Amino acid sequence: MIKLPEPVEDIVVNLLRLANTKLPEDIGWALEAAAGWETNPVAYTQLGAIMDNVKKAEHMGKPMCQDTGIPVFYVRGRFDSSIAAEISRGVERATAEIPLRPNTVDPLTRANDGRNLGSGMPIIHYIPTEDDFTEITVLPKGAGSENMTRLGMLNPADGVEGVRRFVMHAVLEAGGRPCPPSIVGVGIGGTSDRCVEMAKEALLMPIDEDNPDPDLRKMEEDLFVALNGSGLGPMGLGGATTVLGVRIKKAFCHTASLPVAVNIGCWATRRASARISSEGVKYSQGAIF
Amino acid sequence: MHIRALEYADEGMDVPDCLPGAVVFHCGPIMACRDGTWSVVAAGPTTSARMNSLEPAMIRRFGIRAIIGKGGMSKETAEAMKEVGCVYLAATGGAAVTLAEGLSRCTGCEWEDLGMAEAMWRFEADKLGPLIVAMDSNGDSLYEKVRESLVTGD
Repeated sequence: MIKLPEPVEDIVVNLLRLANTKLPEDIGWALEAAAGWETNPVAYTQLGAIMDNVKKAEHMGKPMCQDTGIPVFYVRGRFDSSIAAEISRGVERATAEIPLRPNTVDPLTRANDGRNLGSGMPIIHYIPTEDDFTEITVLPKGAGSENMTRLGMLNPADGVEGVRRFVMHAVLEAGGRPCPPSIVGVGIGGTSDRCVEMAKEALLMPIDEDNPDPDLRKMEEDLFVALNGSGLGPMGLGGATTVLGVRIKKAFCHTASLPVAVNIGCWATRRASARISSEGVKYSQGAIF
Repeated sequence: MHIRALEYADEGMDVPDCLPGAVVFHCGPIMACRDGTWSVVAAGPTTSARMNSLEPAMIRRFGIRAIIGKGGMSKETAEAMKEVGCVYLAATGGAAVTLAEGLSRCTGCEWEDLGMAEAMWRFEADKLGPLIVAMDSNGDSLYEKVRESLVTGD
């Protein structure tokens, strides 16, 4: 465990505030670029309202969307098990202080916890490494986009074309529900559970960086062009801006399997990360892992 | 609040007097309470399709005149809208700070026990928007038009 310069609880409050009030720069730039090429007047109005809202949220320090999501955390580097309780305390404080909307409920009784906690919450993924830092990343995930998640256990014979069709179908079937223009996270391979995890992790990859894998880069570019040529547009109201980016992660899978998962991020794909090391705490909304 | 409103009406119980002829905003806002007065922090539309199974009955029962939401609604809802003379106004999903500025005053909260997101909040609105008539009272839907002309690449 790294000796921490300030309590994890405080860092988590800072992370949730940063993620919810300030859109990552790469997404802001993509919105501006889209407004430059969009000729559909309804679509242009939607993009204008989004950009106006992003500016106001940052200026006023308010959450850019009322659905402040489910807090999903990734903890990477060196850490010990006490970090879970500290993250929970941070979530509870952030809910009251920012404020965040209390979103977590019992799935059957629908009783609201009021603190964004409760059984199994927050979601924390652990990635232990030998690095000399502890990195905490938050991805607040709204329900409109999360509800459109799709997993397909394809036949390996379906191949690359099968993957492409599955992703196209998932995004177009979702229509305006996940608040497009979206960022499309795709997982290919692994097992069913790992595949869905990868699709969400792909949303942490900045949309202005090239995929280091040339095959995935080509697939991302092809899907980006095809989805923006679909005509679905912002909020499903028509236009040339259906997605701001497509990001893909892959892992080896069973020889008899071809898992594909789609996890859509709304235009407000919020992310923030804090790297804690002997040099202090460094906050970022860019490349995370 | 849709489920409760319909249950209460079915059982002959009183529903809040703001409901008949109302404009319904599909929104679970972030609200802050100071000295007993509620104010809105952020309030954008939520996915309207979630109310598809309840909205036709809501529109007919309470004479709802307009629905504000995102993503559009089902054909069954469009039929009820046509019967009653109701329109669907598309708000920009996620534009919660801009839209909150158009909710000039919160005049109360009904059924607070349902939780902040699911309770029925009463607002006065001024310059709320931008809003686009995406489903009209003649049964025309912009969502349908976009869906019919989608280029899927299949």
